[in-house]
Amino acid sequence: MNWYLKRAGQAVFTLWAVVSISFVLAWSIPGSMVERYVTQIASSTGQNPEAIRRTIANQLMYDPEAPVYEAYLTYMSNVLQGNLGTSWTAQSEVNALLVDTVPWTLLVMSLATTGLFALSLTLGAVMAYREGSRFDLANTAIGIVTTSIPYYVAGILLILWVGYGDGPITGLFPARYRMASGVSPGPSLEFVSAALRHATLPALSFVLTQYGLLALAMRGNSIQTLGEDYVEVAQLRGIPERRIALRYVGRNAILPMYTSLLLAIGFMLGGSVILEQIFQYRGVGIYMYQGIQDRDVVLMMGTFLVITVAVVIATFVADVTYSKLDPRIKAGEQGEAY
Amino acid sequence: MKRTESATDGPGLFDESDATSISRRERMTESVSKGVVVPFRVAWSDWRTKTGLLVMASFVAAALLTSAHVAGYEVLNAALGAVGSPWELSQPSSIQSLDETWRQGLRPFEDWRHPLGTDPTGRDLLSAILWSTPSMLQMIAAGGVFSSVMATVVGTVAGYKRGRVESVLMTLTDVAMAIPGIPLVIVIVAILRPESPYLVGIIITINVWAGLARTVHSQVLSLREQSYVEASRTMGTSTARIIRKDILPNLMPYVMVNFVYASRRVIYDSVALYFLGFLPVNQPNNWGVMMNWAYQQFGALTPAGPRYVIVVPMIPIVLLSLGLILLSQGTDRLFNPRVRTRHEGESVSEADETDERTVQTGIQ
Repeated sequence: MNWYLKRAGQAVFTLWAVVSISFVLAWSIPGSMVERYVTQIASSTGQNPEAIRRTIANQLMYDPEAPVYEAYLTYMSNVLQGNLGTSWTAQSEVNALLVDTVPWTLLVMSLATTGLFALSLTLGAVMAYREGSRFDLANTAIGIVTTSIPYYVAGILLILWVGYGDGPITGLFPARYRMASGVSPGPSLEFVSAALRHATLPALSFVLTQYGLLALAMRGNSIQTLGEDYVEVAQLRGIPERRIALRYVGRNAILPMYTSLLLAIGFMLGGSVILEQIFQYRGVGIYMYQGIQDRDVVLMMGTFLVITVAVVIATFVADVTYSKLDPRIKAGEQGEAY
Repeated sequence: MKRTESATDGPGLFDESDATSISRRERMTESVSKGVVVPFRVAWSDWRTKTGLLVMASFVAAALLTSAHVAGYEVLNAALGAVGSPWELSQPSSIQSLDETWRQGLRPFEDWRHPLGTDPTGRDLLSAILWSTPSMLQMIAAGGVFSSVMATVVGTVAGYKRGRVESVLMTLTDVAMAIPGIPLVIVIVAILRPESPYLVGIIITINVWAGLARTVHSQVLSLREQSYVEASRTMGTSTARIIRKDILPNLMPYVMVNFVYASRRVIYDSVALYFLGFLPVNQPNNWGVMMNWAYQQFGALTPAGPRYVIVVPMIPIVLLSLGLILLSQGTDRLFNPRVRTRHEGESVSEADETDERTVQTGIQ
């Protein structure tokens, strides 16, 4: 129990640190930006600049003229109450934007994660069993080459040659947007299939560029496990090969991959900022991009906060469940996480 | 090894000064042989490291030649002219006059005066790739050095000092590790608007060091209990010297792998930042700038757009990152004592068992 408490405390501390960092970043954005925005609106709508400044301060969640500690406390209490402010450019509450976009980003993430692990674990295990064969060597080489491709480069290539292709299969996967026009959201087959087809290419750009190193790691783990004494003993006891492969080798080889899983999720969530822009996939990332391009501090910080908090929580959940799978981690042995 | 050789080869076998004390010159040849020649030979014996080194060397050469060209020493063009190459390096620029319209929008391998083609405004793509190489490598070097130094210092100090220092440093590390890199970097870049490639490299690796710091920390924790470190402590060796002589050399493989990992992150992230226009794209100093032009100006990502304009700058990106991965896959042998001994022919032992470690440490 003590370990869980400690780990939870650490997660809370990290969350606090993240919110504080995001405040510091927002605070250090030059005030002239707000000024420029105020004059811009004032000249276009003819409103009183003072009134506009007040609305902006409201949206910012703290008064930009106030002393730092006061602004910090206001910001903190707002975030704790779940208020992320109102975006200037999108003319909408950041929370509403997030409700609209987070599920879509999660859809891509879960597709990517599932695909990534299904592919790399199976491939790695098969490669280990056929160590040194032509299959093993070819896949090692392919894995290294695909790993050298940045995920957004893969995304661009997929758009150009799959998304824009009109062959029988490639025509199925649209290159742009998260939904076909004219499909109304709802639990219809049309909606679900369109959602999945639109999410395929973004997810695939992660899977194709990330699986290589993971498969190689899985291969390494499996080869190491195959050499363990208990596997040999199991074989001598005449336990069926299939059972040995799944129960003895598989389980132990997959265990260290668990941490890679969570690092991959964090990496992909961060990468969504770039990938969603390329695919024009309207998820959380595209709003962060928009917030930065339009200098919309509220939108920028809100999305940054959400992405980061998601990663922190995912890490925490993974850590806690991992300790269930592998009791050694609680016993103080930190384990090689990388 | 060298020591015994020089002793037997020396003029007087029993000459005291020659056999027992080593001159500075001998010590230097020995450390050069141990630190440079042998590792290099081991590295060279592995095809992965060999290819990786060759790729890296060609990029460094390209960067040096381009920098020399920019500084006014047109060595590359002189050499190209001597072998009669139709292409020569020049500042990538749009066409200046109407009689230059022939060089607009050439596809790769269409006209050998522009081997990789030109963009729709007439910029030579090969020249633009080379033009970006120096600042690309500066970024990588800055990011790699920053994250390695930061991680080694934090990890070693935390692991060796223990106590309060350790918990503070490790909490800091955990926080840094939990924050997803790209969004943080994008926000910082949007605020600071850095110009210098060195600064961009450091910003990109702002939390990349954390992963290595954790590995170094756990390594140091186990190393400090080793008997030879304890022996040094008993002999009254200073902490600084123990860290330098007994601890740091054992951390080298991790640092190397991290250096490569950080470098890849710098390539990926910097290209992405320029590509999406988070950093200024007014001059060709990054392959991402070329991709940005292709994307924003020439519509290369539209169904009928000129695809080659965005594909060509991807070539060096993938090539450089492939070189780095091969290097890190192969470096494990360099630091694996069993492989080294086998190479020197002193003993034969199976070595491929631990070969997979690099792969695991390289993942993130």
